[in-house]
Amino acid sequence: MTTTRPIRFLHRGTLVEAAGFAPMTTVLDWLRLDRRLTGTKEGCGEGDCGACTVALGRVKDGRLVYEPANACILLLGQLDGAELVTVEDLAADGQLHPVQQALVDHHGSQCGFCTPGFVMSLFTLYHDAGGARDRAAVLSRLAGNLCRCTGYRPIVDAALAACAAPPADGHHDRRTASAAILAGLADTADVCVGDENAFFAAPASLDALAALMESHPDATLVGGATDVGLWITKQLRTLPKLVHTGRVAALRAIEQTATALTIGAAVTYAEAETALGALDPDIALLIDRLGSAQVRAAGTIGGNVANGSPIGDMPPLLIALGATVTLRCGGSVRLLPLEHFFLAYGRQDRAPGEILTHVTVPRPEAGDHLRVFKIAKRHDQDISAVMMALKVRLDGRRIAAARTAFGGMAGIPKRATAVEQALAGVCVDDTGAIAAAVARLRDDFAPLDDHRASAAYRLRVAGNLITKGLMEIAAGERSSTRLVPLREAHHAA
Amino acid sequence: MRPDGEGEGLRHIHQPIRHDAADRHVTGSAPYIDDIREPEGTLHVVPGGAPVAHGRLVRLDLAAVRAVPGVVAVLTAADIPAVNDVSPVAGDDPLFAVDTIAFHGQPLFAVVAESRDTARRAVRLAVIAVAEEPPLVDVADALAADADLMPAYAFRRGDPEAVLAASPAPVAGTLRIGGQEHFYLEGQAALVIPEEDGTYLIHSSTQHPSEVQHVVARVLGITDAAIEVAVRRMGGGFGGKESQASGWAAMAALAARVTGRPAKIRLDRDDDFIMTGKRHDFLVSYRAAHDPGGRVEAVEVRFAGRCGYSHDLSSSINDRTMFHADNAYFYPQVHIHSRRLKTHTVSNTAFRGFGGPQGMVFAEHLMDRIAWATGRDPLDVRYANLYGTDERNITPYGMVVEDNVAEALMRQLEATSDYRARRAATAAFNAGSRVLKKGIALTPVKFGISFTTTFLNQAGALVHVYQDGSIHLNHGGTEMGQGLFVKVAQVVAEEFGVALDRVRITATHTGKVPNTSPTAASSGTDMNGMAAKAAAAEIKGRIAEFIARDWQVPVASIAFRDDRVWSGERSLSFAEVVKKAYLARTHLSAAGFYATPKITWDRPKATGRPFFYFAYGASCSEVTIDTLTGEFTVDRVDILHDAGRSLNPAIDIGQIEGGFVQGMGWLTMEELVFDAKGRLRTHAPSTYKIPTARDVPEDFRVAFFDNPNREDTIYRSKAIGEPPLMLANSVFCAIADAVHALAPGRAVALDAPATPEAILFACSKQTGEG
Repeated sequence: MTTTRPIRFLHRGTLVEAAGFAPMTTVLDWLRLDRRLTGTKEGCGEGDCGACTVALGRVKDGRLVYEPANACILLLGQLDGAELVTVEDLAADGQLHPVQQALVDHHGSQCGFCTPGFVMSLFTLYHDAGGARDRAAVLSRLAGNLCRCTGYRPIVDAALAACAAPPADGHHDRRTASAAILAGLADTADVCVGDENAFFAAPASLDALAALMESHPDATLVGGATDVGLWITKQLRTLPKLVHTGRVAALRAIEQTATALTIGAAVTYAEAETALGALDPDIALLIDRLGSAQVRAAGTIGGNVANGSPIGDMPPLLIALGATVTLRCGGSVRLLPLEHFFLAYGRQDRAPGEILTHVTVPRPEAGDHLRVFKIAKRHDQDISAVMMALKVRLDGRRIAAARTAFGGMAGIPKRATAVEQALAGVCVDDTGAIAAAVARLRDDFAPLDDHRASAAYRLRVAGNLITKGLMEIAAGERSSTRLVPLREAHHAA
Repeated sequence: MRPDGEGEGLRHIHQPIRHDAADRHVTGSAPYIDDIREPEGTLHVVPGGAPVAHGRLVRLDLAAVRAVPGVVAVLTAADIPAVNDVSPVAGDDPLFAVDTIAFHGQPLFAVVAESRDTARRAVRLAVIAVAEEPPLVDVADALAADADLMPAYAFRRGDPEAVLAASPAPVAGTLRIGGQEHFYLEGQAALVIPEEDGTYLIHSSTQHPSEVQHVVARVLGITDAAIEVAVRRMGGGFGGKESQASGWAAMAALAARVTGRPAKIRLDRDDDFIMTGKRHDFLVSYRAAHDPGGRVEAVEVRFAGRCGYSHDLSSSINDRTMFHADNAYFYPQVHIHSRRLKTHTVSNTAFRGFGGPQGMVFAEHLMDRIAWATGRDPLDVRYANLYGTDERNITPYGMVVEDNVAEALMRQLEATSDYRARRAATAAFNAGSRVLKKGIALTPVKFGISFTTTFLNQAGALVHVYQDGSIHLNHGGTEMGQGLFVKVAQVVAEEFGVALDRVRITATHTGKVPNTSPTAASSGTDMNGMAAKAAAAEIKGRIAEFIARDWQVPVASIAFRDDRVWSGERSLSFAEVVKKAYLARTHLSAAGFYATPKITWDRPKATGRPFFYFAYGASCSEVTIDTLTGEFTVDRVDILHDAGRSLNPAIDIGQIEGGFVQGMGWLTMEELVFDAKGRLRTHAPSTYKIPTARDVPEDFRVAFFDNPNREDTIYRSKAIGEPPLMLANSVFCAIADAVHALAPGRAVALDAPATPEAILFACSKQTGEG
């Protein structure tokens, strides 16, 4: 491989050029061990508690945007082109940052260990002046920050107080200059640190990415590292060759036509939220519950599909919508219905070196009704026990066609074809026929007992979710059946 | 006029003063163990755990581990110079297991390496062979095997069996109550620095520095005096660092001893989950007789608690379950029976409430059961059963409840929460809603304050006044976020009449205040506040005597206020007086001591006054459940809590809200799942879910019940650490109430935690489908 250029990012007003780091180095270890900046804490090492939250500044649509990130599972190489802001960087001239001051004033810290992470999540919200900064936005932004002491009320109050005024801090004052610096970093060079045997690479073009993967089919593709990061920090796997998709412009775009959305594999949940959420309020709610703000800012649609998890939240939805995926190996490209991509637990229809490049999602048509339900022990940032997406085409009161897919019910995300067939032609008001169709779930699934739910619960609730979805579709409303009122998708900006 | 006559003219006491480290918390400049700058050459320790829950260790081959570059030492039991035991009481917690493996993850060895990453990776190269034996995993397994870890224990009054036999319609049932992981955000950690002549300085994230000192001394075979333990702060404790911080400090100390280098241990989160104990889970079976109005006549209740593989603090914890099986209710005839069961799982330990919450969940469940049987409003059944003030006021363990305010408190909350109207609104909603059902519950808390191990009810403090008038404060209590340090500083600043920032708060240190009790049992402020007040008062008295002599005025005329010392109109700044006192050779340092009065406990006879006083509270929760999925939301919570006269209302509100949310997590979403082989499957926040901000209702109303402590506590305040956790019982009861609405009159079969699965199956049983 031709050596290109090292990683470059902005930190504390200085351009950092990092060339001599191990590919698996995390941002948290770099901060704490290398730079001895210990304000950023490790609470869990798997991106679930948020104590390590840092802010990443990037220029998006011409504007400097700060997004939260879990430094524990963020690879140092992923910082390329970004500004890294940590809790040490907020107070200036002996004055606390407005977010910090609000937390102090509202008694928002007790043991204090989670506090730096809350500060940084709120720092990103504070700067999100274009978006909503109401209670719903605060809760959404804090879903990935666990506090075991306060009960959160004073933190939420502090957030609302701090975000009541437009941003006015050093980062805001410097935003134009910072954006200019970051724009200057956004070149089209391929980035690679390391050698043939161990490297972190971030190609800038799809051709370069495809070529690199063709010559290194044993390399690990990294989208947001919200999963790969755990392979490193928890499974202690040795991953000598890491290829990051985040700099490939062609994979970062969403193309919208009248009939479909085509989402680049490296588009993050946060970036896809508006376009996908516009299809249906249930999708907006699902994405708002998916992971946390940190995870949504890093994790990619392509990664969620390509890693083949049986409990990923996107695949059941995308399968129900009839999505297809585009795969590229070297110079050859193929298309595949998404449901056929998942072969068996841990096995997907993807050859070594092959890259999932795009997901194409047909828009629901007139007469289509969609319901998406996620069942977990906790509303926010929890992995589904059962995830269901149901798309029904009504012809009058008759179900012309039903398409439903589940997560958590099998080793792969999977359609309930027996139920679908049994529903076809049934009147949506015919509860007896619907119950009979729902009973066919046993032909579709034999779920497992695990720590998230028992098999019995999974089967029971999966059936109830279909029932509930059809009940709502028949009634033409979904307010009297929902614990959490649906709202418009929360747009990041 | 307040009964205590105090509270007038106080400058710091009863004020909502912020946490002393708040500025450092928000800037990331408050150091925890892993943030302390490591001495040059510090090594990193990572434990290696047993791969199975039960069996005989056949082979432990660590050659491949030792061969890893960067590994400096690999520790096993053979390296221990003295005693292989890190237990708090019973002598049954080996630092490293030798022959018998007693739980999955039990430490067998530890890797000491130049970096933590090296040590973590090296641990996985161990070759471990075990002759596996079937484990006892849960309470049912242990009951079936009659695996009692220690003798059963009981409280008894009257002849409840006879009453039950004669009762026309007793209620009976079982209730499962799950355990809870502490999930302190800072995991277990210690940094051990070897110093001269075989002595050690230990920075430990512990609630019990003296026990770390004792345990390390025991393991290394050195004296307590050779060890200093310092704790500036913990990133949360909740009981999980009361007894179970010691082993990790001992492991690092052994590494320091073997290598002669500083050694640090910081558990990976998954190891912390797997290798440290949790709240005890219980299987409760009961029978109770009641009159037609729902008043209890007799109760027989059997608690079967899972202790895990060793004693730890389980004796006292299960005792406290029994002490709180009544909660706020009078059981005229009663038999409270407790079995403490041994399983091949990690040794369960202290957790906020210390067994009490489980007893109280039972009591609240019993009230609901009786309400469902009688058709009365559950709140009225509760009123009917409350302890009286002059009669019906003796607990099952013979203590007279002297300070009962439960009914007045509940009546006040009933009014402020608008309970009756909302009960009616809930019924109306349910009549018109097919899928969603609402529930509401108002439940009391009565929690006994004092260590039931009587000798622990003592505390010490050390106060120095320096020549510039600055004050150094030290005491035996530890800061884990609960605001103890600022509260005690308030007491000392008040005593000297000086600004709070004149008092320098310092790390808990066994070299300054010895023989400390754990910061536990909600006792931190009560005891350390009193000890520090005594120390400050002694120095103040010496200064007053000196300045009275100097000014030739009566000592009684000397007053300390506004950073000055006064006699009538004459005054001098505190700093100037201190300087003069020093030059006149006045002793400006004092140790203070406090021992809680009045308490007695005769455990063999099961009688006495184990508690100095009770703290009270009540909460009213309204929930909605989805009967098709079992999901639920908490819609509104009203809390009224008795903090005595709160020493610091801001800190105490934080304890109330935080305790409530932690309790709500325990009773709803936090589920510890062990598989059939005894392995914990929920060993990280990815699989073990504690509440997030969204789980806390927007409509969350918290207020204090005005009730100066009738006992002579520090400024008539009451302990606040644990009692609020049990305010969450109303959430559990409100969920049961919502399920009950599906088929009124039928007993709800809902165990804790009330996960969506538990709620959905309870709904099915309620309607007879499941």
